Order: sequence, then structure tokens, then C-alpha cells
Amino acid sequence: MKRKWYDYLWIAELLYWVLGVCNILFAWLGMVFFCIPLLMAIVGGNKTYCNRFCGRGQLLGLLGSKFSRNAPPPRFLRSRWFRGGFLAFFMVMFGLMLRSTYMVFSGAPLRQSVTLLWTFKLPWQWAEVGMVAPWVAQFAFGFFGVMMTSTVLGLLTMVLFRPRSWCVYCPMGTMTQGICKLKQGKEDVQ
Amino acid sequence: MTLSPRLAQIGKECVACGSCLRVCPRGAIHIASGVTAQVNSDACVGCGRCAKICPADVITIVQRRAVK
Repeated sequence: MKRKWYDYLWIAELLYWVLGVCNILFAWLGMVFFCIPLLMAIVGGNKTYCNRFCGRGQLLGLLGSKFSRNAPPPRFLRSRWFRGGFLAFFMVMFGLMLRSTYMVFSGAPLRQSVTLLWTFKLPWQWAEVGMVAPWVAQFAFGFFGVMMTSTVLGLLTMVLFRPRSWCVYCPMGTMTQGICKLKQGKEDVQ
Repeated sequence: MTLSPRLAQIGKECVACGSCLRVCPRGAIHIASGVTAQVNSDACVGCGRCAKICPADVITIVQRRAVK
């Protein structure tokens, strides 16, 4: 099958990590990966982002072709409860990140660290962020941690199960599918 | 046209990720309204590539007669 331009979006995912490590403020670019799938689901009522444009999914697919055990995932992974629960957990973590951004906005000191799996502080000397308001930098640190945590979970399940196992419980995928279901329900009623 | 004896069947817990679309050699799968994958039973040859790649493990290859 002839490859299309969007089959190379895994490069954008890699670039995101490189840029973020060079300067944490590039973490803000990750909002694109949040907003586009939501917009597509809300406006178009589809999961085209997941199906075509998700660079992370593509990257997991590529890496998984070499490093995955290709074992069937446990049933609970695809259950409504686990997917919904994981989405709720992720939203709480995202909310806490927004809260700490607000605290810095209100005068609290900036915490220049990226936390992996909500626990481990990454041992990395982050570039100077003095050129922007402290809350802008705080959001970048928090958001990069969220992105990195989800990537690590994705890589872990990629190795243990099938390459794109992350897609099964990806909070964005769960959310966009939920939106599409709601939209479809509305159309069916009309 | 003779139809293959087997075809793919999508389970209810499909997450609509689209992994199966990429590997289907016949383009027989599409995602319906962002909710679930659907198989065009006339085009599907039951090769099983989609079932092998499905991260949610919700695709099974069944006998065509069992579906109809």
C-alpha cells in the first residue's frame, strides 16, 4: 500500500520529545495532540485522529514490530470500567497539574522538575525558562510529565502485549470514542 | 464471485483505534462513526491479519456460515 504523508507522523512524536528535552517550553506543543482529536470527535463525530494521525500510535506500532511479545492483552484492559477508570484517574492527575500551574500563577515558587509516573523526578538539567512567566513554565513541566508518563505506560504495554495496546486504554481514545457514541446516540434519536 | 469460507468478526468491546484498517489487504474494514470497526463481509477474505494486530483482541475469524 502506498504510504501517505500522515503515515510519517511518528516523526512528529519523536521530534516532540527531542524538542522537549532541549527546552521544556516545547511541551506546550503537546496540546495539539490533545486538542485535535477532541475537535475531530466533537465537530466531525469521528476518531480519524486515532485511526490516521496519531503519531504515538504509529511509533508504538513501529517499535512494537521489533520489541513486542505480541501476546493477547488481558480482558480487563478493554473493559469499560478499566478504560473509564483510567480516564478518570488521568483527568484527576491533569487537574492537579492545572492546580499547581494556578498556584504558581498566584505566586507560589516554580518547581523545575518533571515527574515520571507521578512519583519519580527525572534527573535532568532543564534549560533556562526565565524568558516566560513562571506559570507558563510550570504548565510545561507538568504537561511534559503527563506526556512522558503515558508514553512509558504505552511502551510497557507495547512490550508486554500487542504493539498498540496503549490505544485500548488511552484516555484520549476513550474520551473521543465516548463523544462519538454520544453524537451517534443523538443522531439516532433525531 | 466466490466468497471465502471465513471472515473477521468484530467484538462489542472494539475501541475503534483503527489498527486493523492499516493491515487489511482488502480494505474491508472501516470505523463506523468513531465507535466501532465494521467489516465489509463481501470484501473480507478472513486472512486474520486484523485479528493478530488488534490491541484489544476483539477480532475473531469465524466461519462465514456461522455469521449468516
